[in-house]
Amino acid sequence: MSEAREFKHIGQRTIRPDGYDKVTGRANFGADLSLPGMIWGKIHRSPHAHAKILSIDTSKAEAHPDVLAVVTASDFPAIQSETIAVGEGSEDLFDLTRNLLAADKVLYHGHAVAALAARSERAAAEALSLIEVQYEVLPPVLDLRAAMADDAPVLHQDMFTEGYDKKPEKPSNVATRLEAKIGDIEAGFAAADVIVEREFYTPTAHQGYIEPHACTVRYDENGQSMIWCSTQGHFDVRARTAKILDMDQTSLKVIASEIGGGFGGKTTVYLEPVALLLSKKSGCPVKMVMQRTEVFIATGPTSAAKLWVKVGAKKDGKITAMQGRLAYEAGAFKGSPMMPGVMTMFAPYDVANVCVEGFDVVVNKPKVAAYRAPGAPQAEFAAEMLVSELADQLAMDPLELRLKNAAREGTQTLYGPKLKSVGLVACLEAVKNSPHYQAPLGTPQSGKVRGRALASGFWFNMGGQSSVVINMNPDGTGTIVEGSPDIGGSRASMQMMAAEAMELPISRLKPIIADTDNVPFSATTGGSRTTYATGMAVVEAAQKVVQQLKERAAALWNLTPEQVEYADGVVHAKQGDDQLSVREICQAAEKTGGQISGQANINARGAGPGFAVHVCDLEVDTDTGKVDVIRYTASQDAGKAIHPGYVEGQLQGGAVQGIGWALNEEYIFDDQGVMENSGFLDYRIPLASDLPMIDTLVVEVPNTFHPYGVRGVGETSIIPPLAAVGYAVSKAIGAPITTLPCSPPRVLKLIQDKA
Amino acid sequence: MSKTHVTTSINASLHEFLCEPGDTLLDVLRNELQLTGTKEGCGTGDCGACSVTLNGRLVCACLVLAVEVEGMEVGTIEGIGQSDSLDVIQEKFLEHAALQCGICTPGLIVSTKALLDENPDPTEAEARYYLAGNLCRCTGYDKIIRAVMDAAATLGGAKEGV
Repeated sequence: MSEAREFKHIGQRTIRPDGYDKVTGRANFGADLSLPGMIWGKIHRSPHAHAKILSIDTSKAEAHPDVLAVVTASDFPAIQSETIAVGEGSEDLFDLTRNLLAADKVLYHGHAVAALAARSERAAAEALSLIEVQYEVLPPVLDLRAAMADDAPVLHQDMFTEGYDKKPEKPSNVATRLEAKIGDIEAGFAAADVIVEREFYTPTAHQGYIEPHACTVRYDENGQSMIWCSTQGHFDVRARTAKILDMDQTSLKVIASEIGGGFGGKTTVYLEPVALLLSKKSGCPVKMVMQRTEVFIATGPTSAAKLWVKVGAKKDGKITAMQGRLAYEAGAFKGSPMMPGVMTMFAPYDVANVCVEGFDVVVNKPKVAAYRAPGAPQAEFAAEMLVSELADQLAMDPLELRLKNAAREGTQTLYGPKLKSVGLVACLEAVKNSPHYQAPLGTPQSGKVRGRALASGFWFNMGGQSSVVINMNPDGTGTIVEGSPDIGGSRASMQMMAAEAMELPISRLKPIIADTDNVPFSATTGGSRTTYATGMAVVEAAQKVVQQLKERAAALWNLTPEQVEYADGVVHAKQGDDQLSVREICQAAEKTGGQISGQANINARGAGPGFAVHVCDLEVDTDTGKVDVIRYTASQDAGKAIHPGYVEGQLQGGAVQGIGWALNEEYIFDDQGVMENSGFLDYRIPLASDLPMIDTLVVEVPNTFHPYGVRGVGETSIIPPLAAVGYAVSKAIGAPITTLPCSPPRVLKLIQDKA
Repeated sequence: MSKTHVTTSINASLHEFLCEPGDTLLDVLRNELQLTGTKEGCGTGDCGACSVTLNGRLVCACLVLAVEVEGMEVGTIEGIGQSDSLDVIQEKFLEHAALQCGICTPGLIVSTKALLDENPDPTEAEARYYLAGNLCRCTGYDKIIRAVMDAAATLGGAKEGV
């Protein structure tokens, strides 16, 4: 593709096609569907973080006049261990089933033990207390240090660490050990003039989507079962639910409702198979909606991590060696995003000698789920903190140090390929030339101190399977049928790309997210893949429609398709004055072979990596330890911004999630593993009043694999803030930050210890 | 348990419903009256997704008991904008791409309308503090605040023109 290409629709700030419904309250989200005869399901959850289940007595609940069904793990068909893809990682089907309803043991406070459905939501909630569970309480394992201790209580007696040449002799809480390296790490450090080394810690944090998990389901013994739910991937909900309940995929239709945020957390199932079992047992449609507390204690969080990092460099700033050792909490079942952490940790750097070792560790906390660039924010936080420290030791500008070592085209990655054209240098240059970076930090009022820092970020981005059908209607309008749930405005991008490819006004094209019966398989919205991969399918389907339009017009004129051309919604004969509009061709389609549609079922390769650079100015109140971000700029390579407004929104939203993670967000547990802050009042995500405007610098280094140059933009933006904020706090208070979040008590203690 | 009969005005039209003493206004709006534009994000008054007005005052519907609205005027997202045209606030949210997933949007629009009714010309800081009770996890608030300020400017301009 040509970089100088002129676009008609791409790059415009159109009104999103689903916008009207979203600003009027008409859009239907997960909890918004009710069916005639519907009853309500609720989950009975463990009060213990670690315990053997001795018995479950559901008889009193079953005897309740309003209760129509009760289920436990024994109601699931027998499940074998099997690895299945989920979002950006994988999970074990057996573990997933045990997470849906515990069988022998409960492994975290809030672990589901039984479920029931009753005539009203209130009756269901009240009847939960009638379920009687006898436990033998076991000592909980609540952090990495405890979990990796030699004498740690073992969560799973059949877990032997994978990744060593020899199978360990006894089970442990370490599921997997992984090492990746390039070059010679010892030689790299031997060549260094300066070496910095430190250990960091990041807390358990939640995606914090505002919409709780919800579904409405109807079981049908004749193969017409239905699930309506809030999910990033309805085909994955179908696959998991069908596997777990031993159904054919064709007997289960999954409809993706509008989704009220996910950030990776809605790429697996928590309710749907349980709800369908309750529907099967009761014979009624069942609705389940989680309470906010349940969302915190039983879904989603991302891993707490312990991150040791060491970097060596020459006096001139050339980095000679980068080494990391990372341990990630997986929660109750194996499968933390340790591996992407290992692979992304030093990806913004072109360094010959790199070695990273990672450990996936189970603890008595909820099973982690994907969260925006899973694994990368933790690992890159540690790396970026230390690179900034290195810059200070070398008395170099941190941006110049990064420029000097920046990954670029040809850089050998730790994860395999050499980089193609990427935008890290362009992002660094954009920040360097920005009004923000050029401006002085300014002087704070008395009692406050200021700091500025910057950090880079890298995420792979994904492609994968997407299917699109564009159906032309007899009036010349078109329906874009896709299977990628729209989590942040992607319908607008699809509409714009189709309009560009078909040279039609966007108002003539309507994108819809079809259910699993009405569009071929499409992978989950995740991995920043939708605008890239589904967009690629949209363009291919659109091109097929254009080809058919030419063929149909040519047929009406007794010409060959080569004798006509298409421009601006009109087919012209190359010779003579004949011309037909799209509308006329579609109206006449009956005479030329039936209606026109284009379909593309693709597996997109070549998702271009996304790099970002953020710079943060902040102010610390030395009396309270409270940190206020006062200026923030996020730069990122979008390849090509299809809808700049929504691209900027991804940069801003990711930046603010990262700021929240850096400043406030963390799970707080008591010594028995009970989460003490399972609500938005105490698990404090950023508020409008906490923040300044988030300035954006969208860089466009086209990804040659995509017809319009798109790279995914959804995830990279959450990575840089952790270290941009963390190191700016270090600079402001003059003491090293090693533990996130930089919450007021923690920062105040650092200030007091220093004094 | 016997139910209580409640008569109230919702978006300027008369409604009657039966509710239990423990039912919240949010429960009734969503489950009895099928007014699902008002969303539930927390049920504890922390997220603002269920923002509605009661006699013009901004409240969280999850913190109001349904029986309390007897004789009162309830305003929900369904009452903002006309059937064939949007309110300026709604238009500005769309123009500024001030929503991503959209779950917080109805609550934010109800809150913004309450803000501009109270304070037609807010500073950015006033807007940020007024809307601090409406959580948005997608946008980082930048575009929301821009939409709110633009809506205020547009409405102010309209007033001057009258």
